[in-house]
Amino acid sequence: MAESEFREIRLQGISGSPGICIGKAYIVDREGVDIIKRYSISENHVKHEINRFKGAVKKAKDAHSKIIEAFNDDLSSQLNILETHLALFKDKMLYGRTLEIIEKDRVNAEWALRKVSRQVKAMFKKVVDPYLQSRVSDIIQVSEQVMRFLVGAEDVRISDINKRVILVADDLSPADASQIQLERIKGFVTDRGGRDSHTGIIAKSLHIPSVLGIGNATTCVNNDDILIVDGSTGIIIINPDEDTLFKYEERKLRYEEYKALLARESHRPAVTRDGRQFALMANIELVEEIVSVKDNAADGVGLFRTEFFYLNLKRFPSEEELFERYKEVAELMTPNCVTIRTLDINGDKVLPYSVSAEEANPALGLRAVRFCLKRTDLFITQIKAILRAAAFGRVKLLIPMVSCLEEMLEVKKIISKAVLELEEEEKIFNKNIPLGVMIEVPSAVIMAEELGKEVDFFSIGTNDLIQYSLAIDRRNRQVAHLYQPLNPAVLRMIKSVMTAAEKTGVHVVICGEMAGDPVNIPVLMGLGLKEFSMNSGAIPVIKQVIRQLDSRETRSMVEKILTKHSVAEITEIVEEKYRDILPVKENEENHKIAEL
Amino acid sequence: MLMCRIKMQNQLGMHARPAAMISKIARTAHREVWIGDGNNRADASSVIDILSMGLTRGKEVLLEVEHKDDIKVLESIRELIEKGFGEDIDRKGIRGGH
Repeated sequence: MAESEFREIRLQGISGSPGICIGKAYIVDREGVDIIKRYSISENHVKHEINRFKGAVKKAKDAHSKIIEAFNDDLSSQLNILETHLALFKDKMLYGRTLEIIEKDRVNAEWALRKVSRQVKAMFKKVVDPYLQSRVSDIIQVSEQVMRFLVGAEDVRISDINKRVILVADDLSPADASQIQLERIKGFVTDRGGRDSHTGIIAKSLHIPSVLGIGNATTCVNNDDILIVDGSTGIIIINPDEDTLFKYEERKLRYEEYKALLARESHRPAVTRDGRQFALMANIELVEEIVSVKDNAADGVGLFRTEFFYLNLKRFPSEEELFERYKEVAELMTPNCVTIRTLDINGDKVLPYSVSAEEANPALGLRAVRFCLKRTDLFITQIKAILRAAAFGRVKLLIPMVSCLEEMLEVKKIISKAVLELEEEEKIFNKNIPLGVMIEVPSAVIMAEELGKEVDFFSIGTNDLIQYSLAIDRRNRQVAHLYQPLNPAVLRMIKSVMTAAEKTGVHVVICGEMAGDPVNIPVLMGLGLKEFSMNSGAIPVIKQVIRQLDSRETRSMVEKILTKHSVAEITEIVEEKYRDILPVKENEENHKIAEL
Repeated sequence: MLMCRIKMQNQLGMHARPAAMISKIARTAHREVWIGDGNNRADASSVIDILSMGLTRGKEVLLEVEHKDDIKVLESIRELIEKGFGEDIDRKGIRGGH
């Protein structure tokens, strides 16, 4: 296939974050162990094959010990895990049987190991207890670790990459993303994920060009292939020819100039033509992002997601550890505010080996406030850390995924308990901090007025709200296009939240991705929103849009929009009215860049 | 052959950690050590084989050793199970999984 290796290939995906980058591909391959070749071994090679298998087991074992040593948890449980897994590596049923099959069937070690691990899987079919049945995953994990060393596909550690590359991965987990060192990564491409998937959000927060949802990037791209990633149009080009390279180098320069222009103007406030000022805040997940928050002149952190720290540690952090982190963010952002959102995942996923039962629908499962109310010990630890950090800056507390009033009342009890404990411990803290609720479940929209009586502010999380209202999984490429912020149902929901907020006198912030897309801004403004929180990279663009709007005009436009029944009609009205104001849509962005 | 019966005590049942503890002891025996539920039995020196029995809490476990000198092995395993492997017997502990 030497010929096709040099032919230019174009693949279309979904734009993750805009910008162009050109560089060498680096494939993050975790699933490489799926394709296992079978071949026969001649008799005098059996010994060699056996040694190869033993060598792989040893390497996997050593690697495993290293990983476990990295958890600085209490020693006893660490040793337990170590002992258990080390026992598995050399278990008769896995190790012994694989050796037997290599010898008896005279097949390669990979095939023998796969055969054995399939047998093991089958053995567990008869186990009825779901917890015990899920233990088979421990074994599969161990055998996959060995397989990786056999086929030579070592588990990629993104933090170890030491050259400037473009990452090509099936998907990037939050943990992967937090390992990315920006000076090393030019951009990234993933097979899965849509614009508003978690990967997409990460892409935008990292401000590096990315294309998502390519579908087959990891199979089409080889390591060290030259890649062009055009995050604006969602196209990647593999092994571009000289003309293409030249064209894109030029586009890249123009794009960077355009970004610089926006950045220069970003420090002016977001005031409309009719003199009304809006607050543009940033969504962050890592402390490191504060730099970009400041660069883009955000009026505060509207959403500080706290999950990554937990996920990264692979254990539950202590109050002190959380406090240090939150304090740092609060201090860095002073005099602006920081809204800290409590844990928004199923916390058990934090543990290296999840003890919770697998959930069929994690998005509808034991997550966020539901998990926190079940594990109040963890929740109280986090709340105490937040209240303590609040003594060092302007901190707000935000509770995610609330679906009924009782949950909020329960949360308030726990906050009181946290306050009591902190008083007893004589720690410095601030209990007078604004309390907010995320409005992201349809039931919370309906109960907004009741919730409003219990809190100081609402934060509309449009990503989940849209997902739950329209029953669309953002990560599913088949339906991702149905994820529509301007859906009339979504707009009516926001409208009703605004009404409830007005009645109960609470502030409203909108913190989903919707707030970072220029086309939605006149609509959100017209709906009465005054505070927007988005990925910091979007702030300069949104500011530009706001400066050109007249808030009174947006109100009358929204009145008209609310009578419409389809996304198409609504989008048309907005685009027609604000054609000159809105930056050209992403797939047209290149033309705009070309004109610059 | 020596054998004894004992009920599984710990809440989580026979998961990886207890199985590893048992297999470690079983590997010191002179001959085979079996752990079963009356119908099937597993080689107690293999974590995987033990796990595949799916021994949940309250199940009766049949322990067998083939060599008479392995009575100590039998006794230590019985004691481990009886004490619930040092885990919570009543509550589901967060770290109990491993």
